[in-house]
Amino acid sequence: MDFHNLLTLSLQQALGPTAVIYALAAIGLNVHFGYTGLLNFGQAGFMMVAGYGMVFVATEWGLSLWLGTLVGLVLTVILALLLGLPTLRLRADYLAIVTIAAAEIVRQTIGAAKFSDKFGGQDGLTGFIQPFRDANPFSGTKGIPGVVTWSAFDFWVMTVGWLLVALSCVVVWLLMRSPWGRVLKSIREDEDAVRSLGKNVTSYKMQALIIGGLFGALAGFMTALRSASIGPSFFATDVTFFAYTVLLIGGAARVLGPVVGSIIFWFLISALGIFFSQATSGTDPLIPASIMDSTQASLMRFIFLGLGLMLLMIFRPQGIFGDRRELAIDAR
Amino acid sequence: MPAETSLPTNIEAANEEGLARSKAARAALADVKTEPGAAKPDPILRADGIVRQFGGLRAVDVDHVEVQRGVITALIGPNGAGKTTFFNLLTGFDRPDEGEWWFNDKKLNRVPAYKVARMGMVRTFQLTKVLARLTVLENMRLGATGQRGESLLSAMFQPRWAGQEAANTERAHNLLARFLLDKKVQDFAGSLSGGQRKLLEMARALMTEPELVMLDEPMAGVNPALKQSLLGHVKSLRDEGRTVLFVEHDMDMVRDISDWVIVMAQGRIVAEGPPDSVMADQRVIDAYLGAHHDVALTFEEEEKILAAAEAEIEEEQND
Repeated sequence: MDFHNLLTLSLQQALGPTAVIYALAAIGLNVHFGYTGLLNFGQAGFMMVAGYGMVFVATEWGLSLWLGTLVGLVLTVILALLLGLPTLRLRADYLAIVTIAAAEIVRQTIGAAKFSDKFGGQDGLTGFIQPFRDANPFSGTKGIPGVVTWSAFDFWVMTVGWLLVALSCVVVWLLMRSPWGRVLKSIREDEDAVRSLGKNVTSYKMQALIIGGLFGALAGFMTALRSASIGPSFFATDVTFFAYTVLLIGGAARVLGPVVGSIIFWFLISALGIFFSQATSGTDPLIPASIMDSTQASLMRFIFLGLGLMLLMIFRPQGIFGDRRELAIDAR
Repeated sequence: MPAETSLPTNIEAANEEGLARSKAARAALADVKTEPGAAKPDPILRADGIVRQFGGLRAVDVDHVEVQRGVITALIGPNGAGKTTFFNLLTGFDRPDEGEWWFNDKKLNRVPAYKVARMGMVRTFQLTKVLARLTVLENMRLGATGQRGESLLSAMFQPRWAGQEAANTERAHNLLARFLLDKKVQDFAGSLSGGQRKLLEMARALMTEPELVMLDEPMAGVNPALKQSLLGHVKSLRDEGRTVLFVEHDMDMVRDISDWVIVMAQGRIVAEGPPDSVMADQRVIDAYLGAHHDVALTFEEEEKILAAAEAEIEEEQND
């Protein structure tokens, strides 16, 4: 067992581009679910619309990525309006159903063979990354030699990404300490009470849906940039569920919850994966082949992650940053 | 007027002007006819032909009703009379199938609940709705209207709303002191007792500076000691010049504090009047206890019923 290798690779994941993407997606879900109580199960849809918006502008029309991000953000707002208008007046569960369905509709449509000349079908789109590469100020490998290193490109993606995460956290913090944030938290507790005090609840829910979706859009941009390509398979439903896991690990309704949650989540995923792969490989594996072979071992990390999530919900349902006192209160 | 309570209520809100106005309003009620739908000299709320149907059930069917400004009006009636439904209709939380209603002569048809509240007609709920995972102070601050910091554009810039927030906080502290919640300021609202939640809800409603306060069963689930203090608070609302309309089952409370009583039964208004005359009204007694409830059985009738019962038992045994 090579523990140095295990720790190095896991640390690389925990701070790397993937963790950035899930931190951003979970910051969006935190605005939706953690603060406002909106069950958005289609965060992957918001990410996809934004990511494809940005890439499409660059590949199809040959315009700059900056303009692309702008288009992506506008498309995200439109998606939020489309999803919110019919559902936000209804009970909370309707939004959950509609968002999960919408995310799949978006993915199936963009990936459809019929539109493959525009969106590249299942292969997706590439060839937009050069301007982003050219802007990279780094070269060689970066990081702490011997402990953890990244390629110059990954390090550039991380720099941009973590800056976005920091900026997003500041925005969320500023918003949530304001009277506006107080209205959102109150809506999470009891809509009718808020309505009875003269606040337009539907409008606030819509604002929250849009803002959380915009953080998801940032995650979508980063997804495209880090892979130098974009495809429908990047935005499957499990992306949303991983983002929820990240949020629950860190603690909902806490500004830094999604960030810490994402780092821990990707460290564990990577560490468990490497552990089981090492334990079942070689001539004399730690776990004999009669119990488990290496193909089966690659799935073990998800089993353990599920188990961990269950234990978390039982013993620390408020997550890392949550306040136990708050959770002890019956929500109604 | 009932005996003054010995419990502390911290009520200093009453002012000369409010007291004088409410006295005049009460005096004006003396000339009002005691019949369902009676016209009031200065109505703050009027409703006409309000109908709400749930399937085959006509839950609310009110021909005409007016609520006098500056007094305490009680809305009473047996369970299922449609009082809470009527409340929901008036405040925009539900829509009637037919009818029109006005607050301060502004028509409220199709006005959403939050706009009704902004106009100055604020309600509380039968099942208290406190915001459990917010502190008592945050609950109060939410109540303030016209907050600049509640718009997304200025929310991120604290200087734009800090001054207003400080003023609201000051007002919240004063109200909390009045409602004896000043020691709970930083506690989560979810940790309050049932009675304290009622107080908080009432205090929070006052943060909106309402003209008409609508209380849905303010005494439900409140212990007798707190009840006295709550009564004082409701009276204090009138004494600072507000109008109060409340739904209640507790007849002692109704008798104690209301200036006018409206009785509902099976969705309709069956009687109106000052508390004493309403309680003696045969229609009201019928509504609560059913007609013929107080006809004493004569000896012969009792015998007859007994004989019939015995015959029935015998028949069953023979089968």
